[in-house]
Amino acid sequence: MTSDLTHPMIRARGLAKTYRSRRGQVPAVRGVDLDVADGEIVGFLGPNGAGKTTTLQMLTTLTEPTAGEASIAGHDLRTDPVGVRRSIGYVAQGGSAGSDARVGEELEFQARFYGVPAGEASRRAAALMDQLDLGGLGGRDVKTLSGGQRRRLDIALGLVHTPALVFLDEPTTGLDPQSRSNMWGHIAGLRNELGTTVFITTHYLDEADALCDRILVIDGGRIVATGTPDELKSQVSGDLVTVSVTGDPAPAAEIARGAAGEAEVEVTDRTVRFRVPRGEHAAIDLLRHLDAAGVDLDGLSVQRPTLDDVFLTLTGRTLREDTPAPGDTGSDGGPGGAPGDTDGSDPDGSDPNGSDEKAA
Amino acid sequence: MSTTVDLANPTVPAPARTAGNTVLRDTVLVFRRALRLSLRNPVWTVMGLAQPLLYLFFFGPLLTKITNVPGFPVGDPWQIFVPAIMVMLGMFGAAFVGFGLVSEWRDGVIDRMRVTPMSRFSLLAGRVLRDVVVLSAQAVLLVAAGLAMGLRAPAVGVVVGIALVAVMGATMSAVSYSIALILKSEDALAPLLNGVMLPVMLLSGIMLPISRGFAPDWLYYLSRINPMSYVVEGARAAFLGNFAGSEFWVGLGVAGALASVGLGWATRTFTRQSS
Repeated sequence: MTSDLTHPMIRARGLAKTYRSRRGQVPAVRGVDLDVADGEIVGFLGPNGAGKTTTLQMLTTLTEPTAGEASIAGHDLRTDPVGVRRSIGYVAQGGSAGSDARVGEELEFQARFYGVPAGEASRRAAALMDQLDLGGLGGRDVKTLSGGQRRRLDIALGLVHTPALVFLDEPTTGLDPQSRSNMWGHIAGLRNELGTTVFITTHYLDEADALCDRILVIDGGRIVATGTPDELKSQVSGDLVTVSVTGDPAPAAEIARGAAGEAEVEVTDRTVRFRVPRGEHAAIDLLRHLDAAGVDLDGLSVQRPTLDDVFLTLTGRTLREDTPAPGDTGSDGGPGGAPGDTDGSDPDGSDPNGSDEKAA
Repeated sequence: MSTTVDLANPTVPAPARTAGNTVLRDTVLVFRRALRLSLRNPVWTVMGLAQPLLYLFFFGPLLTKITNVPGFPVGDPWQIFVPAIMVMLGMFGAAFVGFGLVSEWRDGVIDRMRVTPMSRFSLLAGRVLRDVVVLSAQAVLLVAAGLAMGLRAPAVGVVVGIALVAVMGATMSAVSYSIALILKSEDALAPLLNGVMLPVMLLSGIMLPISRGFAPDWLYYLSRINPMSYVVEGARAAFLGNFAGSEFWVGLGVAGALASVGLGWATRTFTRQSS
């Protein structure tokens, strides 16, 4: 996807938010510049407390910035918040459907809140329910839906007025792997079929890798990297070569140091690891030397850099280290503890609510 | 379940045609959604009516025996008690609606609505309107129960009494929503509301009139600084058909003033909190 940033869908300059608390000023976002082109899918990655949700809340008019400026679809955030709201859909991390409401009614009301006439709201609600695998659930109470169904309803609520831009805050958090995969299809379809611009925050690096045209990495309230997934991965120096031996790893480590050149060789127990560009060539050489030295191998692997490696390089920690246990709600810098302030996620999709088994 | 999706279904018009948002239209939409939820789960409406009905059935009859006590207001005891219980319904029935808002906020409904182009005032007004409708219906049922117990009052007085319930209900409801939006916690809201509402209720003479001669002087003077005392007295005057006396007009004036201050503050607070 080529980014046309002449008329960006999102443009922000120096966007900042500082909360006041009893302990003084708490800067959550420290001057974010970003441009998102019409029709792009952009991933917004960062550990807990990095400022993702606060940035999202500013861009969706939920929180007023303390500094900087931004425009959404040409509407200024400060002077034309209603114009911004008309242009966007927002799917909050913690959900957005009333537990006691009925699925179909909630969707129709949501469309009507955007000024869509009653008949058209009804048609759109029915069509979206079909498209998001919620067909036949229109009369059900929201509280009876499974986690996956409820998440799809949240997505439908963010789309029912056909926004030009949709903000998705951790859209697959708590879903089982199959539901996540299905959700990816839905999100990709938004852009591919409708041309909707998608701005997505996620803890899942494979999700960002698979879905996003471009990724912005935020840490400590600042954008620390931006680029396509491949561009970001190329910032990590080389592939990871891992050699496992059956006996003493010292000879293997010595040989590996020759193959690794300047790179640091890490030896743990019976495993030797190092990073080199074009890891598969180094592995072949290494294999030849290990064989000649009579080292008994238990295994050998070459791993391409992942976005997690990028993250580690940029922030000094992995996203998983920041992932709270299910049910834990990490703050995003704001003192209020609003639903949108939570950055919690369920990295392995083990949340029991994530199952679709409750579906009737 | 499919992994691909046809979001370009030709039956779906895109982008959605909009009829535009006006304050009135938005208020009606929020009201309709809120009322539908109330009708679907009427247990809270029934519970809200249960307390005043219990007072009516199990406390009201005691008053018939003390009408001759010095200082007890002149009039039929049901004309004294029923309007006061109606004011209690307006106060207490509406004071706790903030809990529902905290629940909606927790579900993410409030933030979802705040991201729509709807008027901020409508987000409050639609909910308050629902509460007024529910309270008015409860007040009518309460009057019907009072009639069954022996209440006899002029129709105009009854209508004015119900209107007072609506006004007090709107005020308390708006204030409760705004406080709930500030606190965002049931744990903080419950002690605050109980801490304020109980002394206000006791000092307004709802249960037993706090009149000179009937109540100790210190309690009487303490009740005079409670504006709800005047509203209760105004409602009683209406049920007695005493529209010419100062009690009715003072009660009406105090209710109006409370509504102006309460609704004004709540609107500003709610709008600011949700902007």
